[in-house]
Amino acid sequence: MPRRVLTEGAVRLVLGAAGRLTTPLLPDDYLALADPLLSRRWPAGRVEEVRAETAEASTLVLRPGHGWRPAHRAGQYVPLGVRIDGVLHWRAYSLTTPPDGPGEPFSITVKALPEGRVSRYLAHRLRPGDVLRLGPAQGTFHLPAPPPRRVLLLTAGIGITPVMAMLRALSDEGGTAGTDVLLVHSSPDPGRTVFGPELRAMAERLPWFRLHEHHTRAGARPAGHLTPARLPAVCPDWRERATWACGPAALLESAERLWAAAGLADRLHVERFRPLPPGPSSPAGSLSSDARVRFAASGVETTVGAGTPLLQAGEAAGVAMPSGCRMGICFGCVTPLLHGRVRDLRTGEVHGEPGDLIQTCVSAACGPVTLDL
Amino acid sequence: MVTAVPTEPVLPDSPDVPPRGTDTEALGRALDRIRADVLARRGAEDARYIHTVVAVHRRLEIGGRAALAVSLLPPAWLVGTAALTTAKILENLELGHNIMHGQWDWMRDPAIHSTTWEWDNPTPAYAWKHTHNHIHHTWTNVVGRDRDLGFTVLRMTKDQAWRPVHLFQPFYTALGAPFFEWLAALYDLEADAVLQRRKSLRAFLRDATGTVRKGVRQAAKDYLFFPVLAGPSALPCLLGNLTANTARSLWAHTVIFCGHFPDGVRSFTVEETENETRGQWYLRQALGSADIEGGTVLHVLSGNLSHQIEHHLFPDLPSNRYAEIAPRVREVLTAHGVPYTTGPLLKQYASTWARICRMALPDLRRTTRSRPEGDESV
Ligand code: FES
Repeated sequence: MPRRVLTEGAVRLVLGAAGRLTTPLLPDDYLALADPLLSRRWPAGRVEEVRAETAEASTLVLRPGHGWRPAHRAGQYVPLGVRIDGVLHWRAYSLTTPPDGPGEPFSITVKALPEGRVSRYLAHRLRPGDVLRLGPAQGTFHLPAPPPRRVLLLTAGIGITPVMAMLRALSDEGGTAGTDVLLVHSSPDPGRTVFGPELRAMAERLPWFRLHEHHTRAGARPAGHLTPARLPAVCPDWRERATWACGPAALLESAERLWAAAGLADRLHVERFRPLPPGPSSPAGSLSSDARVRFAASGVETTVGAGTPLLQAGEAAGVAMPSGCRMGICFGCVTPLLHGRVRDLRTGEVHGEPGDLIQTCVSAACGPVTLDL
Repeated sequence: MVTAVPTEPVLPDSPDVPPRGTDTEALGRALDRIRADVLARRGAEDARYIHTVVAVHRRLEIGGRAALAVSLLPPAWLVGTAALTTAKILENLELGHNIMHGQWDWMRDPAIHSTTWEWDNPTPAYAWKHTHNHIHHTWTNVVGRDRDLGFTVLRMTKDQAWRPVHLFQPFYTALGAPFFEWLAALYDLEADAVLQRRKSLRAFLRDATGTVRKGVRQAAKDYLFFPVLAGPSALPCLLGNLTANTARSLWAHTVIFCGHFPDGVRSFTVEETENETRGQWYLRQALGSADIEGGTVLHVLSGNLSHQIEHHLFPDLPSNRYAEIAPRVREVLTAHGVPYTTGPLLKQYASTWARICRMALPDLRRTTRSRPEGDESV
């Protein structure tokens, strides 16, 4: 490790000195010309392999570049930036491989959602050699070290991904003495179970691991959704286990209710995939209604009409809003959108995702909106 | 429908604003359609364009610096200086100016975004974005509001009061052009605003520190570090860098002056802009700007500011689209009776200079309204 720290220090020193020559750009910006993976300022990863898991899901093996910090924990997710028609879109995906050495490839598994432009692009159109932007690995959904003695993993559909990383990590370590892991996983049918063959093979091979598959649409009598009410039958000792759950919102909510009712809320860890911002057709985003706007940093909340620019709304509520021309040309008012969607008052276009910079002088709230101000 | 604009008092022989018969609302709608059209088609191809310009700029810069490192050899000096000059021009106009206008913000790429971009210029990005994007683009050619109308030291229209110092403006304009980047940095500090109490001394000092810090970094790079690294080629390297910066300044100065000051371009009074509708705003942008005719190379090297009219109408559309929409814009303006000022570089440059000289002298005749400059038919 000291060796690594030493080289890292030396690299920083050299880059810092080189920065005097490249100012106002960074040496990075020139290195990235040769290979985007050399950039530290805008970390990137290259697709090494695209593997179909099921008809809808693909596994992407990515080799991260220098700017990506290698330490992640099994169960965490990574933000991926992909350029589609010139526009960079960010989505977060669970890492499905356990931590490895720096610069070693990792994988994620993407399921193409019917309406998901980005997920479909990632699952079906990405090719080896393509480059994606990477954010740092993050999230608190991971096992402690050492893992608890008895673990329940409760997943459905593509919610298997963070749990897969945990299982692979445990199996690499040979399980940990005395650990007992039960995975209760729901999917439409065996053929559409992401990682199905691998999970079954693990269950055969690993003495500490049991798999219970729940199929909602297989066979003559579809079993219906997996509800926590059915859980005690599958896992009688669920109260004694530390539980990690990941899947559709309905499953997670009912699980939270069950654990809370049993007074065991602190034994349940859930991972929600980042909710998509409400679409323009959702009632919250209807054209005529007033909307709640929250200014996160100043703690102010206000209600605004559908045609009021956010700049005006903020000023009326006493928030110090950055501004310039007030007519959409100077970009002096751009502000990060933390939540919700906005309407461009010039074009009527509804847009916005968390993290986007929006021009508050020509944007109105389309449903509830939170700004970083 | 003809939209009324306060036009009193009007001298019988002065031109109308808007030009007689202009239906500014229809004009606004026609221009909005052009804008919407471009927005609808904006996509992968545009992104490829800006990424290409970025890559070309960086390659030229690396190549130029490498050649200047061995510039004791005269051919290396020539090649290096030419490459570095081109790189700096691209970086200043097609990249810096346009990116900081937010023309590429739609790509959502923090690496090419108006909020993160810093350019190879002594003016810090934030200072320039204020004076240029905010002040100049909002108040294009409005006397007393658009500081770019004469850059506080030149008299460019009869609506600006004449002072004896203006007698020398042809000289100081010519002398200043090679140092344009430094003078622009000074100008962006808005010392005049402090005197007029529009800007606090505190803000001024903060900005001045930022500018000095950036200026020192810029100068150290070109005039100290690279020459020192060039060893035996130190002197030619330094001269190469000086040449590149000077040529870039001269060129930027030329492009910028030709954008708003040739004959035919109008200035406006504050009263004329009161209660301006979107259509009237468009009209003022069109009447207050001028294009330069030329080939693709001229357009790219001028950061497409050769399409100044299109840029002022749609400052946040990607620059690579200006050439494409220019014929449509011209058609719409002409159809509404709005003059479209354009001409080859030399002609525009000459008439800009003629104006600088003309305005150096006090007016012989008193007029209460401006007219298109160069229109001497009184
Ligand atoms: S204030 Fe100028 S773009 Fe919003």
